[in-house]
Amino acid sequence: MARNDLQGSLDLLVLKTLSQMGELHGYGIVLHIQRASDDLLTVEEGSLYPALHRMEQSGWIGSEWKTTDTNRKAKFYRLTTAGQRELDKAVKSFDQLVRGIRAMLRYA
Amino acid sequence: MSIVRRIANLFHRSKLDQEINAELRSHIELRTADNIAAGMPPEQARRDALLRFGNRAVLKERVAAMDAEMILDPVARDLRYAVRQLRRSPGFTITAVLTLALGIGANVVAFGVLNALILRVVDVPQPVGLYNVVQKPHEYENQSYPDYLDYRRLNNTFSGMAAYRFLSAGLSTRNSANKSWFYEVSCNYFDMLGAQPELGRFFHDRDENGPNSAPYIVLSRNFWRARFNANPAVVGTVVEVNKHPFTIIGVAPNSFHGTDLFIWPDFWLPIVNEEQVEGYDFLSKRFNHGLWILGRLKPGVTPQRAEGNLNAIAAQLASQFPNADEGMGARLVKPGLMGEVLGDPGRAFLSGIMLLAFLVLVAACANLASIFAARTADRSRELAIRLAIGSSRWHVLRQLLSEAVAVSVMGGIVGTIFAAVLLQALTRWQPFAEFPIHVAVVPDMRVYSVALLLSLASGLLFGLLPMRQVLQTSAAQVMKGGTGAIVFRRFTLRDLLLAIQITLCTLLVTASLVAFRGMQRSLHAPLGFQPQGVMLAETDLHMAGHSGDALLAIQKRMLQDAGRIPSVTAVGTIDELPLGTGGSSGPVYREGTSDLRPTNSVLGAKYFSISPGYLQAAGTRLLMGRDFAWRDDARSPKVALVNQTFARGMFGGSSAIGLHFMMGDKELYQIVGVVEDGKYDSLTEDPEAAVFFPLTQSPASDTSLIVRSRLSPAELAPVLVKVLAGIDPNLPFTVHTWPDAIAFVLFPARVATAALGVLGMLAAMLAVTGIFGMATYSVSKRMKELGIRVALGAQPVRLMGSALGRPLVLLLFGSAAGLLLGAFASQLLAQIVYQATSRDPLVFAGVITTMIFLGLVAISIPAHRALRIHPAGLLREE
Repeated sequence: MARNDLQGSLDLLVLKTLSQMGELHGYGIVLHIQRASDDLLTVEEGSLYPALHRMEQSGWIGSEWKTTDTNRKAKFYRLTTAGQRELDKAVKSFDQLVRGIRAMLRYA
Repeated sequence: MSIVRRIANLFHRSKLDQEINAELRSHIELRTADNIAAGMPPEQARRDALLRFGNRAVLKERVAAMDAEMILDPVARDLRYAVRQLRRSPGFTITAVLTLALGIGANVVAFGVLNALILRVVDVPQPVGLYNVVQKPHEYENQSYPDYLDYRRLNNTFSGMAAYRFLSAGLSTRNSANKSWFYEVSCNYFDMLGAQPELGRFFHDRDENGPNSAPYIVLSRNFWRARFNANPAVVGTVVEVNKHPFTIIGVAPNSFHGTDLFIWPDFWLPIVNEEQVEGYDFLSKRFNHGLWILGRLKPGVTPQRAEGNLNAIAAQLASQFPNADEGMGARLVKPGLMGEVLGDPGRAFLSGIMLLAFLVLVAACANLASIFAARTADRSRELAIRLAIGSSRWHVLRQLLSEAVAVSVMGGIVGTIFAAVLLQALTRWQPFAEFPIHVAVVPDMRVYSVALLLSLASGLLFGLLPMRQVLQTSAAQVMKGGTGAIVFRRFTLRDLLLAIQITLCTLLVTASLVAFRGMQRSLHAPLGFQPQGVMLAETDLHMAGHSGDALLAIQKRMLQDAGRIPSVTAVGTIDELPLGTGGSSGPVYREGTSDLRPTNSVLGAKYFSISPGYLQAAGTRLLMGRDFAWRDDARSPKVALVNQTFARGMFGGSSAIGLHFMMGDKELYQIVGVVEDGKYDSLTEDPEAAVFFPLTQSPASDTSLIVRSRLSPAELAPVLVKVLAGIDPNLPFTVHTWPDAIAFVLFPARVATAALGVLGMLAAMLAVTGIFGMATYSVSKRMKELGIRVALGAQPVRLMGSALGRPLVLLLFGSAAGLLLGAFASQLLAQIVYQATSRDPLVFAGVITTMIFLGLVAISIPAHRALRIHPAGLLREE
């Protein structure tokens, strides 16, 4: 059984965001997750940044300082090849988790 | 994520902090801007953005911790754990580190010397394309000056060609005379090498215009400092070299030491002035071979093409001057090692030592591999637990490998420090006080890289060997069985490793014993003279400006005055000492030979000029005929003494007394006596023919006074120095004992023996630790079984047999194999160490005794433990 905890879901959300949006800074990731989930999911800044740095050290995402459209400096993250593989794994294991929980709910 | 950046992060913590701060700030600013755009007042917009972050300091710490934790992972974490494990068993760690330090240290020393002496290029500004041009037959490597000029003039493959030779002379300023070693060089020498003076100027081609036309000298930086206190005003002043005036025109830079790796001259002097210095002119003599030629190839010319070019010239010269140049050929060799005189044996010897040092390291690795294997077996329970709770095999392997590498790197560092200290000491060492040998072997980057490489490689080697154990570990099996259940198989990896180790150690012990015996024998080989009890006073009368008839008068006075010293029993002189650093040889012809070309000669012989009484003073036995007398003078018929090899080679079995022979000077000599054979150039030479001429008929300015006395050297030396100073205070003498003087010849054998001795001792130590480790381990693993057998009344002998039988069998097998290999290797050794032979019963006995002794020492402690097993106590423990 794959590892499924909150941290795993946060990783999944971040990786998916970056794979859809290309390059994005931390604040942009927060906004995107909120918008894309119809305000159902909110990512807290306090969890996001440690996760971003951990994923960067693991080589899943890369980063670069750039200027935003509004001409501010921000650290932009992007998905690496290793991150793409990690995303595929995370999606698969999340699907499993959901199927498992559905099955449980049917019996219950 | 690149490891480089992780490590960089470690050192840039403050930079990392700044970066995190900037990132969080930019987030807050973006959110604030959006809030304002959504219609919030600025103050509230910013507070909202900040609130979402909670405690910013805590968040920052958490982000930083993410970065820091990843930095240490995974290699560093493994290494940290490995160091912790090793610290827990300090005895094991220290033994392992020291074992490896010895092995790696020996290799670094051997490679350091090899690197400095053989691999290094001579230290000149432009070393590319430089070669020594030497004669083809290996015995005669030097060239003559006319041949040099012809090679230089006729070749089309060299951009430059210089000649040089190395010799000594008295250099005097005002009233003091000291012996100095220097180069006589052709005037294009410095220009061809591309050297620039530090002070003044060098001489150039245009300075030489025939014999004695360039009375200049250039000082080496060291000599300038030592002799002239680095006074720049000496440039332009006149000094005397062998009593002839020479102007100091410049000082060479600190980095320039001439064109030999280990001999550094005090000064350079134009070769065209050699007659003034040596009192003898060889510049016009084609048969007088005493020079080294150094050439620089034109760009794009291969050494092979240049050799072909020079050989064509040599063939032309040979047909033009058959008397001197017949059979001449040219070879190019790497410069800096006096042609191949030092290069060939040096290379062979150092490669041999390197190989042996490498074997020591392999033995050390075998030793460590078996210790690690034992350690891994002991930890099988821990490893099994780790596997059982989900650690991957790869992870466990990596962990064990980290331990091995940690040990090997520590061992490498200790060994390299020890080697560097030794090499530094070797660099400061001057083996011969009167000879300017410099063994500059300070380790460089190449040596350190080799050390690091060796450490890592040996760590991986002995770390990987026990890996099979881990791969085969079945967690369930080990947990079920407990530690007692280790099955003793018939033949394990550890047994093999121990056998290899003992084989290598026996090989090394054999080699060092063979060398030692050879050395001992060469010390007692008949030399043809008795150096014990003789004091020498060596000089060259030219150094004080004496020449012609004055030479003999002074030599006579030296003999008379020295002979009058009380308790002096015999005195004599010879021009060049046998086993000294000089000496001449030439072809010998039968009486009546008209065409004196080398191919018509019967044999080649060393020749010496001796005074009457030399034979008695030197202790050379006169076998037949008579010694010289003072009445054999310039007016009487030319006479000579010959040795047995000469007499046999020239006249077969018949008595040589009264017979005649000719030398290259076309003189006819009558043999008046036959003396015993001796060693003239080296201890390893085959019997050589030698001729002795009377000093009265063959005058020589080189003079070695031989004083045999019953006094100790310490008593005689001051008296002798005083007596000689009374004859001519300006004449520099080297006064020392004859055994000291021939130390030079014994030097290679001494060094070889010392090096092999050290390696042999290291090997012996490794053998002891290896057998000891194995025996101890085997006893400790079987304590329980042995205890039960003791309780059941087993005989001590049987008990010992089963506990220690295997180490003993391995010891025997390993020793036998090592002895065989050693016998084989000694044939290689025989080329370096004179009279080294493995077919020596004493060597065999020595090796066997040594190995048995080492075995007994190593096994005695575990044997003692096995015998003292207390069954009741043991059973209580479990």
